[in-house]
This record gives sequence, structure tokens and C-alpha cells, in this order.
Amino acid sequence: MDLLTMIAKMSEGLGRTCAIFFLTLLFSLPLGMIVALLRMSKSKVVSGVVRFIISVLRGTPLMLQLLAVTYGPYYLFGISISRNKLIPVVIAFAINYAAYFAEIYRGGIESIPVGQYEAAQVLGFTKAQTFLRIVLPQVVKRILPSVTNEIITLVKDTSIAFTVSYQEMFTIGKQIANSQTSFLPFVVAGVFYFAFNAIVDFVMGKAEKAMDYYK
Amino acid sequence: MNVLRIQNAEKHFGDLQVLRDISLTVDHGEVVSIIGPSGSGKSTLLRCATFLETLDGGEIDYMGEAAVRTEDGKVVYAKDLNAFRRQFGLVFQNFNLFPHYTVLKNLMDAPVTVLKRPKAEVRGECMELLRKMGLEDKADAYPCQLSGGQQQRVSIVRALAMKPQILFFDEPTSALDPELTGEVLKVIKQLAEEKMTMVIVTHEMAFARAVSDRVIFMDGGVIVEQGKPEDVFGDTQQERTRQFLRNYQQ
Repeated sequence: MDLLTMIAKMSEGLGRTCAIFFLTLLFSLPLGMIVALLRMSKSKVVSGVVRFIISVLRGTPLMLQLLAVTYGPYYLFGISISRNKLIPVVIAFAINYAAYFAEIYRGGIESIPVGQYEAAQVLGFTKAQTFLRIVLPQVVKRILPSVTNEIITLVKDTSIAFTVSYQEMFTIGKQIANSQTSFLPFVVAGVFYFAFNAIVDFVMGKAEKAMDYYK
Repeated sequence: MNVLRIQNAEKHFGDLQVLRDISLTVDHGEVVSIIGPSGSGKSTLLRCATFLETLDGGEIDYMGEAAVRTEDGKVVYAKDLNAFRRQFGLVFQNFNLFPHYTVLKNLMDAPVTVLKRPKAEVRGECMELLRKMGLEDKADAYPCQLSGGQQQRVSIVRALAMKPQILFFDEPTSALDPELTGEVLKVIKQLAEEKMTMVIVTHEMAFARAVSDRVIFMDGGVIVEQGKPEDVFGDTQQERTRQFLRNYQQ
């Protein structure tokens, strides 16, 4: 198999790679905010439970979580494994990344000086207005570099989907590598990820710059 | 009429009692300065009056309406506290401007969002206030582009834009170097001449003497002495007050 055929075959999987990437972001970014707010709940029970869940999600491999989400329902309840692997992949990824985003959000929210809340309170803003108008915009600016880090990791983590044989780019590359006994597909995959992250870098750099208008 | 009436205010932080049976009324157009050593409770009194801290006992009225009452030893706050918040403005030591908003947006946001007033009208008023402060060319600047003195003047305008009945200042010049202190004090003085009702917690003795109708000296959570500035400063009655003022007369 020549290089061009290899690239063409692996490109077919790029759409699925992108599907994992964008769907994970779509669900995990907002889910992370809900988790962060629950983590900061005044109720010790709620914050304690959420804290434990976050520590499990961050303390065990994503690969393991992906296997659990994909095959767990079959082994536990005898539910047949869904043929569309995208669903368990996105569920596992979204939950895992939400845990990381939640901790980033929490750090950002807690870094906002208490004086901002007090000023808003004295001016008569409601709690929701204070959060949405005063706190959140400042949080977004502060956490953007950390979020960029996570997004870059996510691009590379999409390759973990090969463990459940979801036909994304890396899975196809691995299959070609096996059948052709060639290392070349891995080089191609590396170039793909690097190019993908160059785009991520560029976009997030623009976003950071757009928020540079205040300190 | 009393703009503000505080009766028998009590406040503890754990075992530490920071306010002991404080009573204070402020009349319309009156300028009251509160002086005293650190930890005397003067800032806490202001924070309780503005609901940033909750009282452990006592009463607070604004414009004759009950905001806080103590019934059977339990402190009860009025249901709609925001209605009372409209009566006062608070200027913080550290300004607490919103860094992501321009100066003009800092001023307009609360009147438009909270009071639901028409934008164009609010904008006109805010620009007028900025002109008065000599800050009209800073309307589109962000707080980080201003000096400390300018930021504090903007935060005074932010409080004024809500058209409060009474304005509280919590050590408004303590975060400023001496050079910038003057421009902020000048603004407060100007407000005093316009008969704005104000309560000012300050360490600027000369300023308190010049601008106030009444000076209150607090120590250990109680009002030790109060009266006309010429009496408190010139004819001090209490030994504790004399001791405190001596530190400022070098």
C-alpha cells in the first residue's frame, strides 16, 4: 500500500475523530459548569459526593472508563452492546472531560475577588445577574489557557477510541499498520494530530487575544 | 427626617464582639465621619448597614422604613432587601470596579439592569456625572487604564448613578498614595457642599474635621465620643479619644 492510499484510508476516519472531538466539547463544557457549581454547593453531602466522583474520574484511566461505558451495560445487565460505538465513546469522553473542566471552572470562579460580589450585591444585582454578568466573563478570561490545554489533550485522546474498535482515524491507522506490518500509518497519524492541534492553538490564541482588552 | 437609623446594633465574629449596642442616626444632608483605630468596628458598622454583614441584634431603618428588626432575640431582615439597597451607595476601599466593563458600562449597568431605567436617559446622566468629575474623556477606557484616584472617582460616580439617599465610604483613600488622595477627597468635599448625605469611615483626620457635620470616634466596638468636629478634635472629652488623636498630631 502506498502512502497516498494510506492517507486516503485514514482520512475516512477523520470525520469520526472530529465527531468525538466536537461532541465531547459540546457536552462536557456545559456539563463541567454544572458539576463545578454542585462541587461548590453549600450542602456538604452534595459537594462531598461530587468531589468523590471527580476524584474517581480523574484518578482512573479514560481508557478504563471507556471500556466500562461501552461493555459495562452488557456484563452488568445483559444489555446488548450498541452497534454505534460513537454513543458510548462520547458519553465516556464527555463525563471524563466534564470532571476536568469542572475543576478548572471552580478554580476560575474562586479566583474572582470577593469585592466583585460585594459591589454587585450593593448595587442590587441578583445572584444570577452577578454570576452571569460580572463573574462568568472574568472567569472565562482567566481559565482560557487551562481550557486550551485540555482541548489539546482531547485531540490526542480521541485515539483512545481504538480500544472499543470505533473506526476513527487512529483505529484505521492501527489496522493498516498491522496488516501491512508498517510503522508509516503511525507517522501519518502523528502528522494529523499535530496539524489538528495547530488549528486548535491558532483558534484559542485568537480567543485569548480577543479578551486582552482588560486586565 | 432620618435617612438612616441604627438602633442597638450587635455583631460578633465568633467570640469577638465587634459591635456593642451601637446606635446612630443620620439626618438628611448630614455628613458623618467615623474615625478610630483598626479593629474598632467602624468598617464592620458600615458593612452591617449595607447588608454585607448580618447583624446579631438591633434594628436598621432607611427613610423611616424597617430593614432590620430584632424580634424575640431573633434578627429579621426585610423580605425585599434590594428595595433598601436602592436607598444607599457604598464606595469601597479597593474600588471594586468591574474590570471587564468600560467606565461608562460600569456606571450604566446597575441603573439599566437593576432599576430598569431607559438606556439613553441613564447614559446622559452618567456622562454628565463624568463631566463633573473631569473624567468625560475616560468614558470608553477600562478601569485598568486609570490611576487609582481616577478609579475611585469612577466608583463614586457608579454609586451616585443609582441616585442613593445616602452614600457610605469605607476608607475611600486608604488604597491610594498621598498624591492621589487629594483628588478623591476633593470630590467628597464637593458632594458635601451639595448636601449629599454621607457616612465616611476614614483615617484622614484633617479631612474629617474639614468636611463633617459630626465626627464619631469608635473603639472596641462602641461609640466612645461624638460631636461637632471642632469639639471632638479641639475640646476632646474622652481620654481614649485624646490618646488616639495624639498619634495624628505630629
